[in-house]
Amino acid sequence: MPVFKHPQILIASNLTDGEVVFLGPSGWERDHRRARIARKADEATALEALGKCDISANRVVDVYLADVEIGSDGAPTPLHYREKMRVKGPSVRLDLGKQAGEGAL
Amino acid sequence: MTAVDLRVAQRPNAPMTTYRYDEYDAAFVSERVAEFREQVNRRLSGALTEEEFRPFRLMNGLYLQLHAYMLRVAIPYGTLTARQMRRLADIADKWDKGYGHFTTRQNLQYNWPKLVDTPDILESLADVEMHAIQTSGNCIRNVTADHFAGVAPDEIEDPRPTAEFLRQWSSLHSEFSFLPRKFKIAVTGAEHDRAAILVHDIGLRIVKNDEGEIGYQVVVGGGLGRSPFIGKVVGEFVPREDLLAFLEAILRVYNRFGRRDNKYKARVKILVHEKGIDEIRAAVEAEFAAMDRTVFAHDAEEFERIAAFFAPPPYDSLPATSALLRAAKLETPAFANFVDVNVGAHKIPGYAIVTVSLKPIGAVPGDASSDQMRVLADASERFGFGELRVSHEQNIILPHVKQDDLFALWRMLDAAGLATANAGLVSDIISCPGLDYCSLATARSIPIAQAISKRFSDMSRQRRIGKLGVKISGCINACGHHHVGAIGILGLEKKGQESYQITLGGDPTFSASIGEILGPGVTAEQVPDVVEHLVDYYLAEREEGEAFIDTWRRIGHARFKDVLRREGEDGADI
Repeated sequence: MPVFKHPQILIASNLTDGEVVFLGPSGWERDHRRARIARKADEATALEALGKCDISANRVVDVYLADVEIGSDGAPTPLHYREKMRVKGPSVRLDLGKQAGEGAL
Repeated sequence: MTAVDLRVAQRPNAPMTTYRYDEYDAAFVSERVAEFREQVNRRLSGALTEEEFRPFRLMNGLYLQLHAYMLRVAIPYGTLTARQMRRLADIADKWDKGYGHFTTRQNLQYNWPKLVDTPDILESLADVEMHAIQTSGNCIRNVTADHFAGVAPDEIEDPRPTAEFLRQWSSLHSEFSFLPRKFKIAVTGAEHDRAAILVHDIGLRIVKNDEGEIGYQVVVGGGLGRSPFIGKVVGEFVPREDLLAFLEAILRVYNRFGRRDNKYKARVKILVHEKGIDEIRAAVEAEFAAMDRTVFAHDAEEFERIAAFFAPPPYDSLPATSALLRAAKLETPAFANFVDVNVGAHKIPGYAIVTVSLKPIGAVPGDASSDQMRVLADASERFGFGELRVSHEQNIILPHVKQDDLFALWRMLDAAGLATANAGLVSDIISCPGLDYCSLATARSIPIAQAISKRFSDMSRQRRIGKLGVKISGCINACGHHHVGAIGILGLEKKGQESYQITLGGDPTFSASIGEILGPGVTAEQVPDVVEHLVDYYLAEREEGEAFIDTWRRIGHARFKDVLRREGEDGADI
């Protein structure tokens, strides 16, 4: 089992449209700031289990945990540049993706 | 009514100088759309798991990327009609976000399609004789060709009939639908290689023997990716009659001996490298000798039927040079620069080949908006028999433009932001989508291309530098062809940050070479500085008529490494 170093959120792609989604308190959210945060290893395991259920339920695909840091407002921000990109949209088209209000930022 | 107008009126939906589906083709593509629609429905209903569905969607060109699905549309040998280009624009508007990305394999990618819409998109494509079949998966991919096919003065034969012949042979080829890895074929019929055939799994060069017969020099085992190799000649002269059987023999040898235990060692280039070309040649020749070749007997009638679709359009009889062009160049310097850089010689007197750059300064290489696609379609109809090409350099070609019409065309392109005069220059950068879109990427590549382009935004400086291929990949899979860039840039992850490895000396042509690493990786911010230092050094050292690659070959890699080291010691931020 990987060592738990940072808080984590669960990221996936929505099955029907492929949009990046985040597991929130009551389902999948399009805004990462509403993601549920796992602060301990067992919480991360629980998130993953929920994700697997929703893979089986054909709601999402490509589910994985991503390390985050928690801001002063309590919202998570991904640590890795790849996931930072995923919560916004392409850095070369600021008019597209969540950063442009498509889905939600 | 001109002859062209007459043809358009008689066949309003028909390509002018490209292959047209027969009933079999149309039925095959239509059935495939219906099949995929059913597969999508089964996926959405839960009857198929993602694991079960994934191979189906990939077989239809549908990937899942960083922000959304991505649909890769096949553009066989890079040839498009105006009608097809308009349809690509319409699809971009209706089901995507108003633009498309032309790729290094002469295809087009939509970055935002919804899974639920994909069957409708494929149906819309089928309506204009297009599809996304075999744009992914471990099969024979879209066959690419010289984007100047049929019009280049240095051509022995138009490669597109061969490419179409191979497309039909390889489409849903039951024996080769589950190869060890993907398989890419490129064809050229010219004396200069514009299709990068030496870095394909199979490269075909149309040649003529001493008896004047047409045949193929067959090259195998080229490729880029994490292990780049220049292809090696497996057949020096394969007569056209034997082409399908010979390729079949190569594929059988690969299918039998190619590694399936390790996907990173599964391409045919690894097999050729590990066994050696002599052993591979012997195996291919043995297979060729043993196989029942009657199945692959050359169907000359079918080849001629296909070739007829690529017959030259009804050119006018014109003087070799145009007084109108000469006058317009004198009056409008910007137009003169465009002609000097983006317009090439045509085999027919009075005509020209126009490269429309999809690399405006600071723009995303290869992207075109739906409005620009429509302008290109209109331009091709008004000035070029309704035909367009996509180059592997991610530009659009108008292959049949009268020299007399060049100024009017330029004005039309300029109004649409499509008249950047940089074809082949330092800002005509090949770039993969990189981490801005691609789930495999380890770093961004587009912003690097944009930064270099802006650094060299002075067009007169670009012209002084001359031809220079800068190619950028956002990961080791090398979709941006960085290995064969005179200056290659590879984006990697280093300690949680984007890092860029620079290579020098790559060449995608018949004098192919793989670039050599310059030194340790640099940051994104440092890349334009490094490129500028290298270019300045080249300018200082070059001799008359030398391109960057020539100077690099003459004075050697070490000198370029040295100058970079000295610049670093002098305090330059590199």
